[in-house]
Amino acid sequence: MPILELKNVSKIYGSLRALSDINLSVNAGDWLSIMGPSGSGKTTMINIIGCMDTPSTGSVILDGVDISKENAANLTRIRRDKIGLIFQQFHLISYLTAVENVMIAQYYHSMPDEAEAMEALEKVGLRERAHHLPAQLSGGEQQRVCIARALINSPQILLGDEPTGNLDEENEGIVVDIFRRLHDEGVTIIIVTHDPEVGDVAQRKIILEHGKVIQDIDQSATFGEALKLKSKG
Amino acid sequence: MGNNSRKKMYLRMITSSLIRRASRLIIAVLAIAIGATILSGLVTIYYDIPEQLGREFRSYGANLIILPSGDFGITRADIDKLKNLIGREKIVGLAPYRYQTVKINEQPYLLAGTDLHEAKQNSPFWYIEGDWQNVMIGREIAETLDLNIGDTFTVKGVKYGEQAEASKQNLSAEENKTRDFGSQNFSKKLQVKGIVTTGGAEEGFIFSDMALLNEMIADENFKADVLECSIVANAEELNELTNKISEHIPNLSPKAVRRLTQSQDIVLGKLQALVLLVTIVVLIITMISVYTTMTAMVAERRKEIALKKALGAENKFVIGELLGEGILLGFIGGAAGVFLGFEFALRVSLNVFGRGINFQWALIPITIIIFIAITVIASILPVRHVMDIHPAIVLKGE
Ligand SMILES: Nc1ncnc2c1ncn2[C@@H]1O[C@H](COP(=O)(O)OP(=O)(O)OP(=O)(O)O)[C@@H](O)[C@H]1O
Ligand SMILES: [Mg+2]
Repeated sequence: MPILELKNVSKIYGSLRALSDINLSVNAGDWLSIMGPSGSGKTTMINIIGCMDTPSTGSVILDGVDISKENAANLTRIRRDKIGLIFQQFHLISYLTAVENVMIAQYYHSMPDEAEAMEALEKVGLRERAHHLPAQLSGGEQQRVCIARALINSPQILLGDEPTGNLDEENEGIVVDIFRRLHDEGVTIIIVTHDPEVGDVAQRKIILEHGKVIQDIDQSATFGEALKLKSKG
Repeated sequence: MGNNSRKKMYLRMITSSLIRRASRLIIAVLAIAIGATILSGLVTIYYDIPEQLGREFRSYGANLIILPSGDFGITRADIDKLKNLIGREKIVGLAPYRYQTVKINEQPYLLAGTDLHEAKQNSPFWYIEGDWQNVMIGREIAETLDLNIGDTFTVKGVKYGEQAEASKQNLSAEENKTRDFGSQNFSKKLQVKGIVTTGGAEEGFIFSDMALLNEMIADENFKADVLECSIVANAEELNELTNKISEHIPNLSPKAVRRLTQSQDIVLGKLQALVLLVTIVVLIITMISVYTTMTAMVAERRKEIALKKALGAENKFVIGELLGEGILLGFIGGAAGVFLGFEFALRVSLNVFGRGINFQWALIPITIIIFIAITVIASILPVRHVMDIHPAIVLKGE
């Protein structure tokens, strides 16, 4: 049963069709990668799914609710409850420690709970670094803090726009490994990437071009293998 | 419990933001602190000016003249009652005067018996050649009679109790002269200790201690014809005081010296208006500088704001956090300013008026609240920009 459905979704900027009549259905627990050349509409698509933007036409059904016509305040609430976001430029708050950066996601969602935030950091291997400021963390560590933050409120979908784009091989491996564990736990994962290796480890891969899905590839056959290769680092 | 942990997180966020970004906030805190310094300093001075200048003005002479309402003169008991009524701490000087016509070389002069110390308190501007001592003569007399410090002269007159008789009989100077110097007349040799220059009627007077005068006229009873008082009060307070005196001590008839008190009030009023104006200007400048700082802060922190929104923060949360930081800044700057401001006011007061001031404890909460209010008001517009920040657009850019 699909947790996410895009029906005839278009996003139009003036004369530019950033997304053009997209139809896509993602099942709960799926791991999907979105690839495509620069300017093909990947970020536009993930922003719409992530309730950061709305389509010009078409509808987006997230967990049974059409979010395409919601106002900004409702989108914020839905995003808070259902979506975990990871960015290419880690986007941590510079004056808060790692654990505090995780806690603010709890704070905006419901209740801050330091013990729980520490556990989340432990899961991404950062318990020791919990009280460091972002500037004192490596890029890989910062991105792992972002993942811990994205997951702290148990979102239904984890969205990443080039989450490994700024990471080296080793850190990329660590992050993919975390995705694998999340996938095992049943989290739905949608990742935009330029990196074919990262794109290949997903169960399914779609390729965008000029705002259209030009390929939709089922990788479940190679899924386990590619993952093992990748996560070995 | 849960709410508590949210509050704690809120405080943790805004204090972390201020502490860990301290170097960026120094200018803002400084602007607020300087504003608060000037404000609390000026307010201190504003409230202290009447007191300061009030005493300063008291060196321009008595501002309250009290006459007896009957023929009996003013007694010591009256003066005690009066002092209690006015309040001793408000009295700069209170000089009783008893006037007596005397003759020197057959020329009539007015001898004023008074309390020389109190007279000096009333009129510190009198220029005295020699000392404030028994006996002083006016410059006019000194010149007419060619008297210098240390010279002696003889005063003659009629003793107390005989004066009424003398005036009733309306004796001419000639007749008076021919009357023998019996028990009803006195003659006393006095030495000039001081020569009084005032530019006024005082230059035609002889000043002595009341006791000396009483001795000469052989009346040991204290009796004043007039009281000259120098009192720390503005025109309105002085009016109230005269009413109070008339009501409580009916045998006294007080009169405020209008000319003096009114000009005092005008000068004070103008000075206070000036201080108030400067204070308002300072507040406006502080507000502008906080506005600029907050605008820069919101611009500088667009990414952070966008991120918070992406994480699900509603506008009101983000605005609440920024205002919280503003309140904290206002608090810190305001608190620092209160103490610096007192230092500032103290220095001004010492340099300009040559006296210290009291620390006004009420200024602490007032200044802090005013500066919190100023930062909040100045922050409202910049912080509203939070609503225009779209996370998708802001977070996308490198
Ligand atoms: N706010 C906007 N206003 C106008 N045009 C936009 C806007 N956002 C994106 N576009 C355009 O839409 C198209 C798709 O942009 P998008 O950011 O989705 O590309 P992308 O696939 O994420 O590219 P990249 O791989 O470089 O990140 C581009 O041509 C872009 O210029
Ligand atoms: Mg993109």
